[in-house]
Amino acid sequence: MEKDLTLHINGQPHTVRVEPDTPLLYVLRNQLELNGPKYGCGHEVCGACMVLLDGVAMPSCRVPVESMEGRKIMTLEGLTHPNGELHPVQRAFVQEQAAQCGYCLNGMVIAAVALLETNKQPDDAAIRVGMERNLCRCGSQTRVMKAIRRAAKES
Amino acid sequence: MKESAYNPQQSRRQFISSLGCLTIGFSMTGTRWADASATPLQGTLPGSLAVEDRIDAWLEVLEDGRVRVFTGKMELGQGIRTAIAQVAAEELDLELAQVEVYLAETGRTPNEGYTAGSGSIERSAMSVRYAAAAARQQLLELAAQRWGKKPEQLSLSNGKVSLKGTTDQVLSFAQLLNGKQLEGEVNPSVKLKPKSEYRYVGKAIPRTDIEQMVRAEPVYVQDLRLPGMVHARVVRPPAYRARLEGFDEKSFKVPGLLKTVVNGTFLAVVTEQEYQAMQALEAAREHARWSATPPLPEGQDLETYIKTLPLKSQSVKNQGTTSALDQPDARTLKASYFKPYQMHGSIGPSCAVALYQAGTLHVWTHTQGVYPLRDALAKMLSLDPEKIHLKGVPGSGCYGHNGADDVAADAALVAMAYPDRPVRMQWMREDEHAWEPYGSAMRMEAEARLDETGKISHWRYALWTDSHSTRPGGNPGNLLAARYLAQPFAPPSGGYAGGGFRNSEPYYAIPNLKIDAHAFEGPLRVSALRSLGAYANVFAIESFMDELSVKANKDPLDFRIMHSTDERAIAVMQKLKEMIQPEKPGPGEGMGVAFSRYKNTATYCAVAAKVAVNKASGEVQVLRMWAVIDAGEVINLDGIINQTEGGMVQSASWTLKEEVLFDKQHVNSRDWTSYPIFRYSDVPLVEVVVIPRPNEEPLGAGEAAQGPTAAAVVNAIYRASGKRIRHLPVRAAAVAG
Repeated sequence: MEKDLTLHINGQPHTVRVEPDTPLLYVLRNQLELNGPKYGCGHEVCGACMVLLDGVAMPSCRVPVESMEGRKIMTLEGLTHPNGELHPVQRAFVQEQAAQCGYCLNGMVIAAVALLETNKQPDDAAIRVGMERNLCRCGSQTRVMKAIRRAAKES
Repeated sequence: MKESAYNPQQSRRQFISSLGCLTIGFSMTGTRWADASATPLQGTLPGSLAVEDRIDAWLEVLEDGRVRVFTGKMELGQGIRTAIAQVAAEELDLELAQVEVYLAETGRTPNEGYTAGSGSIERSAMSVRYAAAAARQQLLELAAQRWGKKPEQLSLSNGKVSLKGTTDQVLSFAQLLNGKQLEGEVNPSVKLKPKSEYRYVGKAIPRTDIEQMVRAEPVYVQDLRLPGMVHARVVRPPAYRARLEGFDEKSFKVPGLLKTVVNGTFLAVVTEQEYQAMQALEAAREHARWSATPPLPEGQDLETYIKTLPLKSQSVKNQGTTSALDQPDARTLKASYFKPYQMHGSIGPSCAVALYQAGTLHVWTHTQGVYPLRDALAKMLSLDPEKIHLKGVPGSGCYGHNGADDVAADAALVAMAYPDRPVRMQWMREDEHAWEPYGSAMRMEAEARLDETGKISHWRYALWTDSHSTRPGGNPGNLLAARYLAQPFAPPSGGYAGGGFRNSEPYYAIPNLKIDAHAFEGPLRVSALRSLGAYANVFAIESFMDELSVKANKDPLDFRIMHSTDERAIAVMQKLKEMIQPEKPGPGEGMGVAFSRYKNTATYCAVAAKVAVNKASGEVQVLRMWAVIDAGEVINLDGIINQTEGGMVQSASWTLKEEVLFDKQHVNSRDWTSYPIFRYSDVPLVEVVVIPRPNEEPLGAGEAAQGPTAAAVVNAIYRASGKRIRHLPVRAAAVAG
């Protein structure tokens, strides 16, 4: 049975009418037309669908949307300042050209933002641990690591 | 926030604008270009100009003075859009922002076959270079006529032609053409811009699409949201050859279900909402009955098994005599190598959107070849190819023939059965893992003899392989769904055997040489995976070269160099030697090297790896990798570096972790847990040096690192542990002890 749920996304409340057990990812992509979170595996193991949930990087592909009421959800879109200015991590990804196909980039940026929230100057070992949940098939991980080091330096 | 309700009144303008930066607009007024003739013209035109030589097939001047360049190739994350913009802006002296690159679309862009084999720079970008040079010449001639001057008296920059020495005699490209387009054909003798004057070519020009990605703009086919779009999933059989014996449609009731498509064994569900489609997929499995099938050869040692299959054999090379190898002695060496089935493993499962409306089928697809796919779809659906319109939209990186074409066929079948609303067909993770066509398992056997100076005098090599291309190529039997229809199309036998012996000949001077290839048809579906057979062949050859260098008691790079006659090959190896000189491996660590020239005619690449081996557990960590690459004339420096860095990381993952497994029923590598790939903790630091060769032909760089990386890693393991790994992937048990 569909329900009206109010979600707090990128600083704004949004009321959506959905099946309460719908995974958050599909509500973000289809109801709210956000492109950031991507479907990758549906098993919470690749990271493509990550969002910031109360500041923590979490997969969105399984968690029921109903359980998201009252939580603060931030997607890749929400990182960009309303005036268009990029978040330091987004900017560092552009500067380091840290993508090939870019399909995993959403989760990489989200996980990197969460990492830098808890560790302002992570070393390589800490970056690897912080990014371990995110898969990339193009082999862009080394560039992402450079982007994270750059963002840490510049923010 | 919008409801996705169908609104047929929505205007075309709104329709286009609602899709953001994705270029998806079709020209609804019929096709712009006739199909390119399949017959190459005579002459010396480069690349795809040989099949399409009209200037206006490659570029057009827009009203605002910018230039739109058409390529039949697809952006796969390799950055081809940027490379093509660079060569066009260069020849036409435009700012990069004044060039728009329009990707593959039937009826709109030239037919350039597939975006594959590292051929996009060599074929598409070079065609654009010549077409842009021809356009420049024509624009200068038009202005010269207008002003009664000679072209030499004019200059051209930023989309304008001006009379030298004046400030008021200036016309934009658009003014010069006055509503017309460029005409005529590209003359092979057209004057190209001198390379000394290049502003963009050879530089590390940043890709503009990465900013679109970080801004979460719609970039991928997965991001398309067409008005009234519905969601579909395919219910796969439990095995390749299982048939649908019954589907209880009457009792199959799920929320939002709009249509169940049953066509032979092809079974799909269509719903309003995406999550409903996923629930319908699970529910439909409960209502379907499938036939039993003959078992797959579960539990066999594939390295032995594939030699027992019926074979089609051919000689690849036979030079001198190799009978000296028949009597093994202290100077001969023999070894056998194996590479398992491996998958493309795209991070985003394949996706397509299809709409059948007013007798025309539109498909938005991340295929690597819109024209060959269109022709295969036309045959599968018994539709006139002119009634099928394909627009290429980037997807997740594919690294060869993954599920892209298959999902487009799935979407097309459902759209035909459920017309007038766009159908978004999204493969699930399991569809991609268990149904994509894999890179074939291969066995390689090598024998060689050293002469008294330690040089290789005789070399014999044989390989066993399945096909390395079953791309649609106009043949519906190569589309997964077509095999399951009520009137099925059989998959063609054999495919492209040549891919299996790519790089099977060592790129070294060896007087007596014999190379044979044996093709089998194995248990799993196969096709083109990045570098085709070169990965396995270079792994084997360059491992064997390492074994021989040990036997000859030579430094492994020196040993390769002493067998090389091509100075560009020697240059990449010498540069690599210089780079790794300061590296001193610690206890339990080792350095390995390898070299190959891709296809033996294209890019040169030498790779080194430093690994750490835990002798007790057999665990291997790749610490660092280095590559030196010569891809001829550099178009985009960072493009080559990015492709090579990524190629090394991906190939190291194949080598250390990856193997598609199956049981009696079907593939059971169905997710990232059952088919693990590199994670951050596995990824080495990488360093790439490019040797630019501005006066040589530009070569594609996307596949050059795959083979040498595999060999460099196993050679490093040998140096670290004394264990020679000849069977991939590297297993801890083979390294431990």
